Amino acid sequence: MIRWIQRLFSPRAVDRQLGAELRFHLDQQAGDFMAQGMNREEAYRRAAIAMGGLEQVRQRCRDRRWENYLEGLSSDFQLALRRLLKEPRFSILAVAALGLGIGSTTLVFSLANGLLLRPLPYPHLDRVVAVDEYSPTDVNEKGTVNFLNYVDLRARTRLLSDIGIYDEGNIDVLGRDSAESIPGAITTQGVFSVLAVAPLLGRTLNHDDCLPNAPLVAVISQEFWQQHYGGDPSALGQYVETEDHRFRIIGVMPAGFHFPGRAELWLPLQTDPAHANRTDYNRNAIARLKPGVSVAAANAELESLLQEIHRENPVSNNNWHIRAVSLRRALTADYSRAVMSLLVAVAFLLLIACANVSYLLLVRASARASEMAVRAAIGASRRRLMRQLGTESLMLGAAGCALGVLLAYLGTPALLSLIPIELPSWMNFSVDVRVLFFALGIALLTALGAGLAPMLSSTGGDLTLALREGGRGQSSSRGQKTLRRTLIVVELALSMVLLVGAGVMVHSFRDLISQNLGYNSQNLLSLHINYPDRSYPDGSKARALVVELTEKMAALPGVISVAAMTEPPLESSWTRIFTIEGRPLPLKDMKFVTHIVITPGYFRTLQLPLLQGRDFSEADYDAPNVLIVSQSFAARHWPHESAIGKRVRFGPPWNQEPWHTVIGVVADSKMRGLQQAETAAVYLPYSSEVTPATFLVRASADPLQLAPALRTLITGIDRSISVSRVLTLEQIRERASWRQRFFSVLMTCFTGIALILAAVGFYAMLSYSVFLQRQEIAVRIALGASYSSVLRLVMSEGLRLVGIGRAAGAVLATGLTRLLQSQIFEVSPMDPLAWIAAVLVLIVVAGLAMFDPVRKAIRVDPVVALREQ
Amino acid sequence: MTDRPEFPKGTLDMLILKIVGLGPTHGYAISQRIQQISNDVFQLTQGSLYPALHRLEDQGWLAAEWKETDTGREAKYYKLTRKGQRQFDAEVLTWKRLTDAVTLILQTTE
Repeated sequence: MIRWIQRLFSPRAVDRQLGAELRFHLDQQAGDFMAQGMNREEAYRRAAIAMGGLEQVRQRCRDRRWENYLEGLSSDFQLALRRLLKEPRFSILAVAALGLGIGSTTLVFSLANGLLLRPLPYPHLDRVVAVDEYSPTDVNEKGTVNFLNYVDLRARTRLLSDIGIYDEGNIDVLGRDSAESIPGAITTQGVFSVLAVAPLLGRTLNHDDCLPNAPLVAVISQEFWQQHYGGDPSALGQYVETEDHRFRIIGVMPAGFHFPGRAELWLPLQTDPAHANRTDYNRNAIARLKPGVSVAAANAELESLLQEIHRENPVSNNNWHIRAVSLRRALTADYSRAVMSLLVAVAFLLLIACANVSYLLLVRASARASEMAVRAAIGASRRRLMRQLGTESLMLGAAGCALGVLLAYLGTPALLSLIPIELPSWMNFSVDVRVLFFALGIALLTALGAGLAPMLSSTGGDLTLALREGGRGQSSSRGQKTLRRTLIVVELALSMVLLVGAGVMVHSFRDLISQNLGYNSQNLLSLHINYPDRSYPDGSKARALVVELTEKMAALPGVISVAAMTEPPLESSWTRIFTIEGRPLPLKDMKFVTHIVITPGYFRTLQLPLLQGRDFSEADYDAPNVLIVSQSFAARHWPHESAIGKRVRFGPPWNQEPWHTVIGVVADSKMRGLQQAETAAVYLPYSSEVTPATFLVRASADPLQLAPALRTLITGIDRSISVSRVLTLEQIRERASWRQRFFSVLMTCFTGIALILAAVGFYAMLSYSVFLQRQEIAVRIALGASYSSVLRLVMSEGLRLVGIGRAAGAVLATGLTRLLQSQIFEVSPMDPLAWIAAVLVLIVVAGLAMFDPVRKAIRVDPVVALREQ
Repeated sequence: MTDRPEFPKGTLDMLILKIVGLGPTHGYAISQRIQQISNDVFQLTQGSLYPALHRLEDQGWLAAEWKETDTGREAKYYKLTRKGQRQFDAEVLTWKRLTDAVTLILQTTE
């Protein structure tokens, strides 16, 4: 053992020792000869001869060392390479199949790696949880916590070391000549202690910074620091300015710290508990578990504390619950199942590629059976032959791996270009060491998997039989034939599963994006404005701005109409609890409704039909409270009568907010998102309390072309107004459906590749089968068989395999498409359309693959075929 | 050199183990002893001796160390290990069985 290691690390020393040993022998021998009376020269010559030559002995000693094994391996490689190069068609096909399989798998793995495996840059991440309160009755009401509840929970918890709350959003920071919208967050000190990341410079927020009216401070990211302050430590103490406030910089976070999302700037959350209530939910929360505390224990404690808070505040007890989920799970919840189903899909693709290569190797092995037999007969051991075949598989695997990694490397940017939104900075999909190791691992597995069957079947056979069959290379035992057919059936079955999966996803995606939104989303532009509170301190100033902007924008050429609203369609998140007059409900039974504040002309701009009553006018501003409701809201609450004239009140009962009278009913529309079935909504006219800041512009043509003119117009009215989120409604729709689109596109690509591979395999099998049967066919034709009977002979085999593959695939698909359940929209995993399409596509592709082999079979020339024998 | 037969396959290892078992020796001495013991019947090319020695060492049947000879030169001395002793016993047993069987066959056919 020690010698082996010694040789590995210092081959020279070992050689020197060997030289000394042999030299000693030579000297002794020569000495003996000299004692017998020979002269020195003769004695050494004779001694060298007796020894068999110094160098030869040296070489023989080296030969039997284990390094030599490597040399044998290298000759195996050379041989394998020569063979593979001699059959370029086979090699290219095999490498392409492996490359596509490995590339697709690696690509999806790098997605999974970036989402699920790559560590988030926070220490002891397993102890960081996301906390949210949720309604027991309304599945849409979740994801945030109430400020007062947070204060109480933080004071009482014994299992959490801290809780932090935050609000994510863009902050308009004044630059040298214009405002810049910086992703940031308004947070409490707890966010930093929960994530346990120390600042690079200065300090993070502390308790005092988050008290109401405390001096305003800011923490900036390392990237922001570099970009705006050139990495100068004197940035500490300088000010980050917005239109309304200036924040003294107290700390710089280390590079790569961007929580939440892509945050570059953290400002203190200064909420005055005196002005907070227990029914508003608008803060995100994270918490850190104390060492040794499980997520389940934290959950139990949080829930019992919240129930305690409910008991102490019976008036505001709305029966809500609270839960803690590991941060990683919370962040990846939307993706993990989709990524898992993609992993399954590419695993199938990889299996198909593997079966394909295995099939090719098998066919090739039976063509080489006589070569193997000859080699075995002249003394090659079975192990040696297997090593040779294994080396070939490994070389194919290595080439496939290289191609696959290249594909994954090139494919990742293409993949990311399908994502229309800015991903949070922690998502990183680059090809890293783990991805490379994964690719290597699966390449090894695939190569061995593909090579195993041919290795076993072609080296274990009966030699004499193989030799007797001669060089015709047609030996196919029954077992081999079954093996080859099984591989093809597996390919067809897996393709069938992928086809069904892709069909279901594509169908669901089409439904999702083609559903009726209720309004005309063509040629609509939405843009958000930010104006400083300083310049527009009260409602009337803000109203004047909105009116001026609306009028001037509407006057631009190409603009049909303009209106403003609180949040653009598909992105409305503001919901409120409400009471119908005469039907009071206890707090815990009150429902939420989407609540949108709009300016007159909103429905006209959206082209959302007004079904009953009238639209708002400027006269409704701060006038007796009026309300327009959606059709489904009206139908739900006043099913047998007109909603007009009925009254609704918002907020918790004890607030005694004013009643709003319904003056109109509009058609239903998708406001909350594409996947939300809920279409109930209420619309309120803008007032001195709420000034909407998102404008909706209906254009006569491509609305994006209006964007520069609109910007110029807005900043022309007031330079301090910044414009952000300029998006067409179609873009908003795309952003709302990007995940479905992303996964449908991937699934379709993978299915396409799988289908091509399976078709190639099927084609190869049929061609080979026709090749083997050509003499039988020739005899039949010679004996007068009709073409149709030859046709039947060839096709029946193919069709039988397709049939078995389809049936097996259907069984598998029934089980596996359930995985997709969570990602599909309004389509069942048993969607008949997808299933029918899958079967049709499989049959058409199989039919195409059969075309050429069948043609070859019919064209068999009996004279030529029979002479071959 | 003369056309004497090489050692039968498999016997060289056994002879080396036997000789080294008598006491630590270097390669040259081993070759001399083999020639002497076999009465010069078999030809031993040192070309096969050294690879064999190294193989036996790798297998842990022999251990080697560099020591001074009587004449004061450094030489590589081999000695039998415990594992080597067991191997030798096993090989001798096999050899006996083989020769007994062959002898028996030769006698019966005569």
